[in-house]
Amino acid sequence: MPLKSKDLLGLEYLTKEEIEHILDTASPFKDLFTRSVKKVPTLRGKTVVLLFYEASTRTRTSFELAAKRLSADVINITVSASSVVKGEGLIDTGKTLEAMKSDFVIIRHGMSGAPNVLARNITASVINAGDGLHEHPTQGLLDIFTIREKKKRIRGNHLKGLKVVIVGDILHSRVAKSNIWGLTKLGAEVCVVGPATLIPQGIEKIGVKIYYRLEDALPGADVINILRVQLERQQQSYFFPSLHEYTLLYGITKERLAAAKEDVLVMHPGPLNRGIEISSEVADGPSSVIQEQVTNGIAIRMAVLYLLGGGG
Amino acid sequence: MEFKKKKVLMTAKEIGKTLNTLAQEIAKKENLEKVALIGIRCRGVPLAERLAKELEKLGAKNLSLGILDITLYRDDLSLVASQPIVKETKLPFGIDEKVIILIDDVLFTGRTIRSALDALIDFGRPQGIKLAVLIDRGNRELPIQADYIGKKISTSLKEMVKVELKEVDSKDEVSLWEK
Repeated sequence: MPLKSKDLLGLEYLTKEEIEHILDTASPFKDLFTRSVKKVPTLRGKTVVLLFYEASTRTRTSFELAAKRLSADVINITVSASSVVKGEGLIDTGKTLEAMKSDFVIIRHGMSGAPNVLARNITASVINAGDGLHEHPTQGLLDIFTIREKKKRIRGNHLKGLKVVIVGDILHSRVAKSNIWGLTKLGAEVCVVGPATLIPQGIEKIGVKIYYRLEDALPGADVINILRVQLERQQQSYFFPSLHEYTLLYGITKERLAAAKEDVLVMHPGPLNRGIEISSEVADGPSSVIQEQVTNGIAIRMAVLYLLGGGG
Repeated sequence: MEFKKKKVLMTAKEIGKTLNTLAQEIAKKENLEKVALIGIRCRGVPLAERLAKELEKLGAKNLSLGILDITLYRDDLSLVASQPIVKETKLPFGIDEKVIILIDDVLFTGRTIRSALDALIDFGRPQGIKLAVLIDRGNRELPIQADYIGKKISTSLKEMVKVELKEVDSKDEVSLWEK
Protein backbone atom coordinates (compact mmCIF):
# COMPACT_ATOMS: atom_id res chain seq x y z
CA MET A 1 0.00 0.00 0.00
CA PRO A 2 1.70 3.19 -1.14
CA LEU A 3 1.50 6.57 0.59
CA LYS A 4 -0.81 8.89 -1.29
CA SER A 5 1.28 12.03 -1.03
CA LYS A 6 4.85 12.68 -2.20
CA ASP A 7 5.43 14.53 1.08
CA LEU A 8 5.18 13.91 4.80
CA LEU A 9 3.84 17.16 6.22
CA GLY A 10 1.93 15.97 9.27
CA LEU A 11 0.03 13.07 10.77
CA GLU A 12 -3.15 15.10 10.37
CA TYR A 13 -3.00 14.39 6.62
CA LEU A 14 -2.39 10.62 6.86
CA THR A 15 -4.98 7.88 7.16
CA LYS A 16 -4.85 5.29 9.93
CA GLU A 17 -3.72 2.74 7.33
CA GLU A 18 -0.88 4.94 6.08
CA ILE A 19 0.36 5.50 9.63
CA GLU A 20 0.29 1.77 10.31
CA HIS A 21 2.09 1.07 7.04
CA ILE A 22 4.95 3.40 8.03
CA LEU A 23 5.15 1.82 11.49
CA ASP A 24 5.17 -1.71 10.04
CA THR A 25 7.88 -0.76 7.56
CA ALA A 26 10.10 0.66 10.33
CA SER A 27 10.48 -2.72 12.09
CA PRO A 28 12.70 -4.42 9.50
CA PHE A 29 14.81 -1.24 9.32
CA LYS A 30 15.40 -1.50 13.05
CA ASP A 31 16.81 -4.99 12.51
CA LEU A 32 19.52 -3.46 10.32
CA PHE A 33 21.01 -1.77 13.38
CA THR A 34 22.06 -5.13 14.82
CA ARG A 35 24.20 -5.95 11.79
CA SER A 36 27.86 -5.10 11.44
CA VAL A 37 27.15 -3.44 8.08
CA LYS A 38 24.28 -1.09 8.92
CA LYS A 39 23.96 0.29 5.44
CA VAL A 40 21.82 -0.82 2.49
CA PRO A 41 21.99 0.47 -1.10
CA THR A 42 18.29 1.36 -1.38
CA LEU A 43 18.59 5.12 -2.05
CA ARG A 44 21.91 5.03 -3.85
CA GLY A 45 22.19 8.05 -6.14
CA LYS A 46 19.41 10.00 -4.41
CA THR A 47 20.11 13.34 -2.77
CA VAL A 48 18.70 14.41 0.57
CA VAL A 49 18.93 18.04 1.64
CA LEU A 50 18.56 19.02 5.28
CA LEU A 51 17.26 22.57 5.46
CA PHE A 52 17.05 23.62 9.08
CA TYR A 53 15.96 27.14 9.92
CA GLU A 54 15.89 26.29 13.64
CA ALA A 55 18.40 24.66 15.96
CA SER A 56 18.37 20.88 16.23
CA THR A 57 20.78 18.16 17.17
CA ARG A 58 18.92 14.92 17.46
CA THR A 59 16.39 15.34 14.66
CA ARG A 60 19.00 16.52 12.17
CA THR A 61 21.51 13.82 13.16
CA SER A 62 18.79 11.19 13.08
CA PHE A 63 17.63 12.17 9.58
CA GLU A 64 21.22 12.33 8.40
CA LEU A 65 22.00 8.86 9.74
CA ALA A 66 18.76 7.46 8.29
CA ALA A 67 19.57 8.84 4.84
CA LYS A 68 23.19 7.67 5.00
CA ARG A 69 22.19 4.16 6.09
CA LEU A 70 20.08 4.04 2.93
CA SER A 71 23.14 5.17 0.90
CA ALA A 72 21.70 8.55 -0.11
CA ASP A 73 23.95 11.59 -0.43
CA VAL A 74 23.23 14.09 2.30
CA ILE A 75 23.72 17.83 2.23
CA ASN A 76 23.36 19.96 5.33
CA ILE A 77 22.40 23.57 4.84
CA THR A 78 23.16 25.77 7.78
CA VAL A 79 20.71 28.56 7.23
CA SER A 80 22.72 31.12 9.19
CA ALA A 81 25.57 30.68 6.68
CA SER A 82 23.41 30.50 3.52
CA SER A 83 21.76 32.85 1.05
CA VAL A 84 18.80 33.05 3.40
CA VAL A 85 20.68 35.68 5.38
CA LYS A 86 20.87 37.66 2.14
CA GLY A 87 17.08 37.65 2.10
CA GLU A 88 16.30 34.69 -0.14
CA GLY A 89 12.73 33.48 0.34
CA LEU A 90 11.73 29.92 1.15
CA ILE A 91 10.27 29.10 -2.26
CA ASP A 92 13.34 30.44 -4.06
CA THR A 93 15.62 28.40 -1.81
CA GLY A 94 13.48 25.35 -2.56
CA LYS A 95 13.59 25.97 -6.32
CA THR A 96 17.37 26.32 -6.18
CA LEU A 97 17.66 23.01 -4.34
CA GLU A 98 15.37 21.45 -6.91
CA ALA A 99 17.47 22.78 -9.78
CA MET A 100 20.35 20.94 -8.13
CA LYS A 101 18.26 17.75 -8.49
CA SER A 102 17.55 17.09 -4.85
CA ASP A 103 15.13 14.23 -4.32
CA PHE A 104 14.18 15.03 -0.73
CA VAL A 105 14.09 18.27 1.21
CA ILE A 106 13.81 17.83 4.95
CA ILE A 107 12.82 21.11 6.48
CA ARG A 108 12.55 22.58 9.96
CA HIS A 109 11.07 26.05 10.09
CA GLY A 110 9.77 28.43 12.71
CA MET A 111 6.60 29.19 10.76
CA SER A 112 3.69 26.77 10.95
CA GLY A 113 2.87 25.55 7.45
CA ALA A 114 6.23 26.45 5.86
CA PRO A 115 6.78 22.81 4.71
CA ASN A 116 3.31 22.81 3.11
CA VAL A 117 4.18 25.93 1.11
CA LEU A 118 7.47 24.41 -0.01
CA ALA A 119 5.81 21.10 -0.93
CA ARG A 120 3.32 22.85 -3.22
CA ASN A 121 6.12 24.57 -5.08
CA ILE A 122 8.66 21.84 -5.75
CA THR A 123 8.47 18.28 -7.09
CA ALA A 124 10.98 16.86 -4.61
CA SER A 125 9.53 15.07 -1.58
CA VAL A 126 9.28 17.41 1.39
CA ILE A 127 9.52 15.99 4.89
CA ASN A 128 8.49 18.18 7.80
CA ALA A 129 11.07 18.02 10.61
CA GLY A 130 9.10 20.44 12.77
CA ASP A 131 7.24 23.59 11.75
CA GLY A 132 6.32 26.33 14.18
CA LEU A 133 3.51 25.28 16.50
CA HIS A 134 2.13 22.82 13.95
CA GLU A 135 3.58 19.31 13.62
CA HIS A 136 6.68 17.15 13.94
CA PRO A 137 5.38 14.03 12.19
CA THR A 138 8.44 11.78 12.43
CA GLN A 139 8.62 12.41 16.18
CA GLY A 140 4.95 11.49 16.49
CA LEU A 141 5.56 8.33 14.46
CA LEU A 142 8.58 7.28 16.50
CA ASP A 143 6.68 7.85 19.74
CA ILE A 144 3.80 5.68 18.52
CA PHE A 145 6.24 3.07 17.21
CA THR A 146 7.88 2.92 20.65
CA ILE A 147 4.50 2.59 22.36
CA ARG A 148 3.41 -0.20 20.01
CA GLU A 149 6.68 -2.05 20.48
CA LYS A 150 6.80 -1.75 24.27
CA LYS A 151 3.12 -2.45 24.79
CA LYS A 152 3.16 -5.31 22.28
CA ARG A 153 0.39 -3.79 20.20
CA ILE A 154 1.98 -4.64 16.89
CA ARG A 155 -0.57 -7.21 15.80
CA GLY A 156 -4.22 -6.45 16.20
CA ASN A 157 -2.87 -3.11 15.06
CA HIS A 158 -4.74 -0.61 17.17
CA LEU A 159 -4.08 1.11 20.45
CA LYS A 160 -7.61 0.89 21.78
CA GLY A 161 -7.87 1.05 25.57
CA LEU A 162 -4.40 2.53 25.98
CA LYS A 163 -4.29 5.74 28.00
CA VAL A 164 -1.61 8.20 26.92
CA VAL A 165 -1.06 11.35 29.00
CA ILE A 166 0.83 14.25 27.42
CA VAL A 167 2.18 16.63 30.03
CA GLY A 168 3.24 20.25 29.70
CA ASP A 169 3.24 22.92 27.03
CA ILE A 170 0.72 21.60 24.50
CA LEU A 171 0.28 25.04 22.94
CA HIS A 172 3.82 25.41 21.59
CA SER A 173 4.56 21.72 21.11
CA ARG A 174 4.48 20.31 17.60
CA VAL A 175 5.46 16.96 19.12
CA ALA A 176 2.21 17.00 21.09
CA LYS A 177 0.15 17.82 18.00
CA SER A 178 1.62 15.02 15.91
CA ASN A 179 1.18 12.59 18.81
CA ILE A 180 -2.44 13.63 19.26
CA TRP A 181 -3.29 13.21 15.56
CA GLY A 182 -1.58 9.85 15.29
CA LEU A 183 -2.67 8.34 18.59
CA THR A 184 -6.32 9.32 18.23
CA LYS A 185 -6.40 7.88 14.69
CA LEU A 186 -5.07 4.58 16.04
CA GLY A 187 -7.70 4.51 18.77
CA ALA A 188 -5.75 5.42 21.92
CA GLU A 189 -7.27 7.53 24.69
CA VAL A 190 -5.27 10.75 24.71
CA CYS A 191 -5.23 13.14 27.69
CA VAL A 192 -3.36 16.42 27.95
CA VAL A 193 -2.43 18.08 31.20
CA GLY A 194 -0.71 21.40 31.84
CA PRO A 195 -1.25 25.00 32.88
CA ALA A 196 -4.46 26.41 31.36
CA THR A 197 -2.40 29.04 29.53
CA LEU A 198 -0.55 26.30 27.62
CA ILE A 199 -3.56 24.24 26.51
CA PRO A 200 -4.71 25.38 23.06
CA GLN A 201 -8.36 26.35 22.75
CA GLY A 202 -10.64 23.85 21.08
CA ILE A 203 -8.22 20.92 21.31
CA GLU A 204 -10.96 18.79 22.88
CA LYS A 205 -12.70 18.85 19.50
CA ILE A 206 -10.17 16.38 18.08
CA GLY A 207 -10.94 13.86 20.77
CA VAL A 208 -8.56 14.80 23.57
CA LYS A 209 -9.40 14.98 27.28
CA ILE A 210 -8.10 18.05 29.08
CA TYR A 211 -6.82 18.11 32.66
CA TYR A 212 -5.19 20.89 34.62
CA ARG A 213 -3.93 18.84 37.56
CA LEU A 214 -1.50 15.93 37.27
CA GLU A 215 -3.27 14.14 40.12
CA ASP A 216 -6.41 13.95 37.98
CA ALA A 217 -4.67 12.88 34.77
CA LEU A 218 -2.17 10.24 35.88
CA PRO A 219 -4.30 7.46 37.43
CA GLY A 220 -4.54 4.55 34.99
CA ALA A 221 -1.96 6.01 32.56
CA ASP A 222 -0.18 3.47 30.32
CA VAL A 223 2.12 6.09 28.81
CA ILE A 224 3.29 9.51 29.99
CA ASN A 225 4.82 11.68 27.31
CA ILE A 226 6.57 14.60 29.00
CA LEU A 227 7.11 17.72 26.92
CA ARG A 228 10.10 19.96 27.27
CA VAL A 229 9.59 23.33 28.90
CA GLN A 230 10.64 25.53 26.00
CA LEU A 231 12.79 27.95 27.94
CA GLU A 232 13.65 29.84 24.76
CA ARG A 233 10.02 30.90 24.45
CA GLN A 234 10.27 32.64 27.81
CA GLN A 235 7.32 30.72 29.05
CA GLN A 236 8.15 31.61 32.58
CA SER A 237 7.50 35.28 31.95
CA TYR A 238 4.28 34.98 29.96
CA PHE A 239 2.61 31.66 30.57
CA PHE A 240 3.31 30.67 34.16
CA PRO A 241 4.59 32.55 37.17
CA SER A 242 7.88 30.72 37.70
CA LEU A 243 9.82 27.63 36.68
CA HIS A 244 9.83 26.58 40.30
CA GLU A 245 6.06 26.63 40.41
CA TYR A 246 5.87 24.69 37.14
CA THR A 247 8.11 22.00 38.58
CA LEU A 248 6.05 21.82 41.76
CA LEU A 249 2.81 21.39 39.82
CA TYR A 250 3.81 19.49 36.68
CA GLY A 251 7.32 18.07 37.19
CA ILE A 252 7.28 14.26 36.94
CA THR A 253 8.95 12.69 39.96
CA LYS A 254 9.14 9.13 41.18
CA GLU A 255 6.44 9.82 43.77
CA ARG A 256 4.06 11.23 41.15
CA LEU A 257 4.74 8.36 38.77
CA ALA A 258 3.35 5.94 41.35
CA ALA A 259 -0.16 7.18 40.49
CA ALA A 260 0.11 5.76 36.97
CA LYS A 261 -0.02 2.06 36.06
CA GLU A 262 2.85 -0.05 37.32
CA ASP A 263 4.12 -0.78 33.78
CA VAL A 264 3.81 2.85 32.64
CA LEU A 265 6.18 4.07 29.90
CA VAL A 266 7.87 7.42 30.40
CA MET A 267 8.71 9.24 27.19
CA HIS A 268 10.34 12.57 26.41
CA PRO A 269 11.24 13.96 22.97
CA GLY A 270 14.41 15.61 24.33
CA PRO A 271 16.43 17.59 25.06
CA LEU A 272 15.74 17.09 28.75
CA ASN A 273 15.52 19.83 31.32
CA ARG A 274 16.45 17.63 34.24
CA GLY A 275 14.95 18.76 37.50
CA ILE A 276 12.31 20.88 35.72
CA GLU A 277 9.76 18.81 33.80
CA ILE A 278 11.35 15.47 34.70
CA SER A 279 13.47 14.34 37.64
CA SER A 280 16.70 12.48 36.93
CA GLU A 281 15.37 9.56 38.92
CA VAL A 282 12.51 9.18 36.43
CA ALA A 283 14.55 9.98 33.30
CA ASP A 284 17.06 7.27 34.13
CA GLY A 285 14.59 4.95 35.85
CA PRO A 286 13.15 1.60 34.75
CA SER A 287 10.01 3.10 33.18
CA SER A 288 11.96 5.42 30.90
CA VAL A 289 12.20 4.58 27.19
CA ILE A 290 13.85 7.85 26.22
CA GLN A 291 16.94 6.18 24.73
CA GLU A 292 14.83 3.71 22.75
CA GLN A 293 12.91 6.64 21.28
CA VAL A 294 16.17 7.94 19.82
CA THR A 295 17.07 4.57 18.28
CA ASN A 296 13.56 4.07 16.91
CA GLY A 297 13.69 7.55 15.39
CA ILE A 298 16.31 6.44 12.88
CA ALA A 299 14.25 3.40 11.85
CA ILE A 300 11.12 5.54 11.41
CA ARG A 301 12.98 8.09 9.30
CA MET A 302 14.48 5.34 7.14
CA ALA A 303 10.99 3.94 6.60
CA VAL A 304 9.65 7.37 5.62
CA LEU A 305 12.51 8.01 3.18
CA TYR A 306 12.05 4.54 1.71
CA LEU A 307 8.30 4.86 1.28
CA LEU A 308 8.48 8.34 -0.24
CA GLY A 309 11.46 7.44 -2.41
CA GLY A 310 9.72 5.21 -4.91
CA GLY A 311 8.54 7.61 -7.55
CA GLY A 312 11.99 8.12 -9.03
CA MET B 1 -4.19 -7.85 -20.55
CA GLU B 2 -4.89 -10.70 -18.22
CA PHE B 3 -2.89 -13.87 -17.86
CA LYS B 4 -4.59 -17.15 -18.74
CA LYS B 5 -3.56 -20.50 -17.33
CA LYS B 6 -1.91 -22.61 -20.04
CA LYS B 7 -0.80 -25.76 -18.29
CA VAL B 8 0.35 -27.33 -15.04
CA LEU B 9 4.11 -27.75 -14.92
CA MET B 10 4.32 -29.57 -11.60
CA THR B 11 1.71 -31.19 -9.41
CA ALA B 12 1.98 -31.36 -5.63
CA LYS B 13 3.42 -34.87 -5.92
CA GLU B 14 6.01 -33.77 -8.46
CA ILE B 15 7.08 -30.82 -6.30
CA GLY B 16 7.68 -33.23 -3.42
CA LYS B 17 9.65 -35.60 -5.59
CA THR B 18 11.72 -32.78 -7.09
CA LEU B 19 12.66 -31.46 -3.66
CA ASN B 20 13.70 -34.95 -2.65
CA THR B 21 15.94 -35.23 -5.74
CA LEU B 22 17.42 -31.77 -5.11
CA ALA B 23 18.21 -32.77 -1.51
CA GLN B 24 19.96 -35.92 -2.69
CA GLU B 25 22.08 -33.96 -5.16
CA ILE B 26 23.01 -31.44 -2.47
CA ALA B 27 23.86 -34.19 0.03
CA LYS B 28 26.06 -35.88 -2.56
CA LYS B 29 28.05 -32.80 -3.53
CA GLU B 30 28.22 -30.66 -0.38
CA ASN B 31 29.74 -31.04 3.05
CA LEU B 32 26.51 -30.90 5.05
CA GLU B 33 28.28 -29.78 8.21
CA LYS B 34 29.12 -26.50 6.55
CA VAL B 35 25.90 -25.97 4.62
CA ALA B 36 23.41 -23.23 5.52
CA LEU B 37 20.12 -22.93 3.64
CA ILE B 38 18.81 -19.42 3.04
CA GLY B 39 15.40 -18.93 1.49
CA ILE B 40 14.66 -15.76 -0.47
CA ARG B 41 11.32 -14.16 0.38
CA CYS B 42 8.72 -14.98 -0.25
CA ARG B 43 8.41 -18.50 -1.71
CA GLY B 44 12.05 -19.42 -1.25
CA VAL B 45 11.35 -19.57 2.48
CA PRO B 46 8.98 -22.56 2.58
CA LEU B 47 11.10 -24.27 -0.08
CA ALA B 48 14.17 -23.90 2.15
CA GLU B 49 12.25 -25.33 5.09
CA ARG B 50 11.12 -28.33 3.04
CA LEU B 51 14.61 -28.91 1.66
CA ALA B 52 16.00 -28.79 5.21
CA LYS B 53 13.56 -31.54 6.22
CA GLU B 54 14.61 -33.66 3.25
CA LEU B 55 18.28 -33.14 4.07
CA GLU B 56 17.68 -34.13 7.67
CA LYS B 57 16.20 -37.38 6.43
CA LEU B 58 19.49 -37.89 4.60
CA GLY B 59 21.48 -37.47 7.81
CA ALA B 60 22.08 -33.70 8.06
CA LYS B 61 22.10 -32.44 11.65
CA ASN B 62 21.44 -28.94 12.99
CA LEU B 63 21.24 -27.36 9.55
CA SER B 64 21.37 -23.57 9.69
CA LEU B 65 18.25 -22.08 8.14
CA GLY B 66 17.76 -18.42 7.30
CA ILE B 67 15.47 -15.96 5.53
CA LEU B 68 16.63 -13.20 3.21
CA ASP B 69 14.52 -10.20 2.21
CA ILE B 70 16.12 -8.51 -0.78
CA THR B 71 13.75 -5.54 -1.12
CA LEU B 72 16.31 -2.94 0.01
CA TYR B 73 18.84 -4.25 -2.51
CA ARG B 74 16.58 -4.21 -5.57
CA ASP B 75 17.75 -2.31 -8.64
CA ASP B 76 14.27 -1.33 -9.82
CA LEU B 77 12.91 0.58 -6.81
CA SER B 78 12.60 3.82 -8.73
CA LEU B 79 10.86 2.03 -11.61
CA VAL B 80 8.06 0.28 -9.73
CA ALA B 81 4.92 2.27 -9.07
CA SER B 82 4.57 1.58 -5.36
CA GLN B 83 7.20 0.55 -2.90
CA PRO B 84 7.37 -3.19 -2.21
CA ILE B 85 6.79 -4.10 1.42
CA VAL B 86 10.03 -4.51 3.36
CA LYS B 87 10.14 -7.57 5.58
CA GLU B 88 12.63 -8.93 8.05
CA THR B 89 15.81 -10.75 7.12
CA LYS B 90 16.53 -13.49 9.65
CA LEU B 91 19.98 -15.02 9.69
CA PRO B 92 20.36 -16.49 13.18
CA PHE B 93 23.92 -17.65 12.51
CA GLY B 94 27.21 -16.21 11.28
CA ILE B 95 27.70 -16.81 7.57
CA ASP B 96 31.52 -16.64 7.63
CA GLU B 97 33.07 -19.93 6.46
CA LYS B 98 29.66 -21.43 5.65
CA VAL B 99 28.61 -22.80 2.30
CA ILE B 100 25.40 -20.92 1.65
CA ILE B 101 22.76 -22.46 -0.53
CA LEU B 102 20.38 -19.73 -1.67
CA ILE B 103 16.92 -21.02 -2.43
CA ASP B 104 14.30 -19.42 -4.64
CA ASP B 105 11.25 -20.65 -6.48
CA VAL B 106 11.86 -19.35 -10.02
CA LEU B 107 15.11 -18.30 -11.70
CA PHE B 108 14.27 -15.79 -14.45
CA THR B 109 16.21 -12.57 -15.17
CA GLY B 110 18.75 -13.25 -12.40
CA ARG B 111 18.20 -9.82 -10.83
CA THR B 112 16.77 -11.17 -7.59
CA ILE B 113 19.85 -13.34 -7.16
CA ARG B 114 22.13 -10.39 -7.90
CA SER B 115 20.37 -8.48 -5.10
CA ALA B 116 20.58 -11.49 -2.79
CA LEU B 117 24.34 -11.78 -3.36
CA ASP B 118 24.83 -8.11 -2.47
CA ALA B 119 22.72 -8.54 0.65
CA LEU B 120 24.60 -11.66 1.76
CA ILE B 121 28.01 -10.11 1.30
CA ASP B 122 26.98 -7.38 3.78
CA PHE B 123 26.65 -10.10 6.42
CA GLY B 124 30.12 -11.54 6.06
CA ARG B 125 32.34 -13.71 3.91
CA PRO B 126 30.96 -17.18 3.32
CA GLN B 127 33.23 -19.87 1.96
CA GLY B 128 30.93 -20.19 -1.02
CA ILE B 129 27.45 -19.35 -2.24
CA LYS B 130 25.41 -21.79 -4.34
CA LEU B 131 21.98 -21.41 -5.86
CA ALA B 132 19.11 -23.90 -5.85
CA VAL B 133 15.81 -23.21 -7.64
CA LEU B 134 12.64 -25.16 -8.21
CA ILE B 135 12.20 -23.86 -11.77
CA ASP B 136 14.67 -22.34 -14.22
CA ARG B 137 12.63 -20.57 -16.91
CA GLY B 138 15.52 -19.06 -18.90
CA ASN B 139 15.56 -15.47 -20.22
CA ARG B 140 18.47 -14.32 -18.08
CA GLU B 141 19.48 -10.64 -18.08
CA LEU B 142 22.59 -11.20 -15.97
CA PRO B 143 25.35 -13.83 -16.09
CA ILE B 144 23.90 -15.92 -13.24
CA GLN B 145 23.24 -19.67 -13.25
CA ALA B 146 21.86 -22.11 -10.71
CA ASP B 147 23.84 -25.01 -9.22
CA TYR B 148 20.78 -27.10 -8.40
CA ILE B 149 17.71 -26.99 -10.64
CA GLY B 150 14.44 -28.81 -10.01
CA LYS B 151 13.06 -28.40 -13.51
CA LYS B 152 14.27 -26.47 -16.53
CA ILE B 153 11.84 -25.09 -19.07
CA SER B 154 12.04 -22.58 -21.90
CA THR B 155 9.51 -19.78 -21.84
CA SER B 156 8.72 -16.58 -23.70
CA LEU B 157 8.51 -13.15 -22.10
CA LYS B 158 4.73 -13.22 -22.59
CA GLU B 159 4.50 -16.16 -20.24
CA MET B 160 4.53 -16.27 -16.46
CA VAL B 161 5.48 -19.13 -14.18
CA LYS B 162 3.36 -19.28 -11.06
CA VAL B 163 4.57 -21.24 -8.06
CA GLU B 164 2.02 -21.91 -5.36
CA LEU B 165 3.02 -23.44 -2.05
CA LYS B 166 0.72 -24.51 0.75
CA GLU B 167 2.55 -22.43 3.36
CA VAL B 168 1.72 -19.22 1.44
CA ASP B 169 -1.06 -20.15 -0.99
CA SER B 170 -3.88 -22.67 -0.82
CA LYS B 171 -2.17 -25.53 -2.64
CA ASP B 172 1.06 -26.95 -4.06
CA GLU B 173 1.31 -26.38 -7.81
CA VAL B 174 3.54 -24.90 -10.50
CA SER B 175 1.76 -23.61 -13.58
CA LEU B 176 2.44 -21.73 -16.78
CA TRP B 177 0.31 -18.72 -17.69
CA GLU B 178 0.15 -16.60 -20.85
CA LYS B 179 -1.03 -13.12 -21.72
